[in-house]
Amino acid sequence: MTSPAQPPGAHLPEHPDFLWENPEPKASYDVVIVGGGGHGLATAYYLAKVHGITNVAVLEKGWLAGGNMARNTTIIRSNYLWDESSGIYEHSLKLWEGLEEDLGYPILFDQRGVLNLAHSLQDVRDSVRRVNANRLNGIDAEWVDPAGVKEICPIVNVSPDVRYPVLGATYQPRAGIAKHDYVAWGYARAAHAMGVDLIQNCEVTGLETAGGRITAVQTSRGRIAAGKVALCAAGHSSVLAKMAGIRLPLASHPLQALVSELLEPVHPTVVMSNAVHVYVSQAHKGELVMGAGIDSYNGYGQRGSFHIIEQQMSAALELFPVFARAHLLRTWAGIVDVSPDASPIVGLTPVGGLYLNCGWGTGGFKATPGVGDCFAHTIAHDKPHPFNEPFTLERFTTGALVDEHGAAAVAH
Amino acid sequence: MQLIPCPWCGPREEAEFHYGGQAHVAYPEDPSALTDEEWAQYVFFRENPSGPFAERWSHSAGCRRWFNAVRDTRSHDLLAVYRAGEPMPEVLS
Repeated sequence: MTSPAQPPGAHLPEHPDFLWENPEPKASYDVVIVGGGGHGLATAYYLAKVHGITNVAVLEKGWLAGGNMARNTTIIRSNYLWDESSGIYEHSLKLWEGLEEDLGYPILFDQRGVLNLAHSLQDVRDSVRRVNANRLNGIDAEWVDPAGVKEICPIVNVSPDVRYPVLGATYQPRAGIAKHDYVAWGYARAAHAMGVDLIQNCEVTGLETAGGRITAVQTSRGRIAAGKVALCAAGHSSVLAKMAGIRLPLASHPLQALVSELLEPVHPTVVMSNAVHVYVSQAHKGELVMGAGIDSYNGYGQRGSFHIIEQQMSAALELFPVFARAHLLRTWAGIVDVSPDASPIVGLTPVGGLYLNCGWGTGGFKATPGVGDCFAHTIAHDKPHPFNEPFTLERFTTGALVDEHGAAAVAH
Repeated sequence: MQLIPCPWCGPREEAEFHYGGQAHVAYPEDPSALTDEEWAQYVFFRENPSGPFAERWSHSAGCRRWFNAVRDTRSHDLLAVYRAGEPMPEVLS
């Protein structure tokens, strides 16, 4: 065999155009966003688009959208209990409904509906109450009986002779899933096009303040002066806030998820169950995507314990006996920042020019467009948007909690 | 599965244990004297370090006793376990 005239791969087509560049960080920015996940990228996008603030850097310690944005189960819904939550989650869902057009980028947003199953009398009462609360807030929601569950998702086992029989479910038809990577890439591409610097492999190691105001961030790639700094670091929020002397009421836990091998389409919707701790949808490509509850202990290691996966699988098999022969392809974990009332913390901090977006726990993906829009407004005006006004850090002192442990579903 | 060395029973599987969050958080001596801010700190705010963390565990499916551990939250390595009431060993860096 003769040696090839061209180097290996030379016959392959050129790399497609990159969606964004990798600039060197500048010495200073008007706004530095810490965390290049969904929330950070969306915040940068709306800062540029809605508020005309484009001298912005998004700093990401790893690669863009490689943390929880790459690890979540992509469920989008707005069927939370309280008015405060309805405001921000429904705002987000409405933005999802126009996002593909807004970004000019495909995100495979698919409103296939979500069923939240009830397995006990208390579940039934809570669910019906939540349906009523949703409707009062103009959110689509209905209560369906077991036969209705079977009709919407024929593979759910609604037989009464299982350990936790399905007694009914709430159904939100406008809920659904989206392709998480495409969402991140769409935001990154659009933000980059408006002049935002997306800086990867840039870990923030310190926050500088002077006279009670933020002045700069120290990073693994040098010091960057900043007029304002916005934290969008999810599981690492406590570590970052501590650099500015701020304590947060958060616990960072591993949250595990997994996928099966690729299967024919069998699962037409999204099914979640608080009581038996599993949530399942089928991705466009065909793999079953399932999430578990959080591991009980604090952890930053992006992995969890195997017995959690075992429990999740047994719950999934009881609900979906048809899954018995599916093979598990891969499991992973992300680090979620769980707050005491299962609601986020979005707003100002005691340090001037330093803004906080954290505490989304297990459910931040669905909020990506909504919180991006509201957080950008908060940063631009140094004042919370009405939709994130209830979600202050001070609420843990005043007692004005927004308890969403029921609607936050499985994992808290 | 991770083994956790119970200070009474020795190493047992993690599934036998129940997590109790941060250790050495004393109940306030005079709760009614606290300000709202101090009470909030006691009720809601805990350390959440990336690294060694002193925390409580209960061997709920074994001897059913509470004990303390210092665990690295990045690697999940248990750096020390000690019985309730004993001082924290010098492993925190």
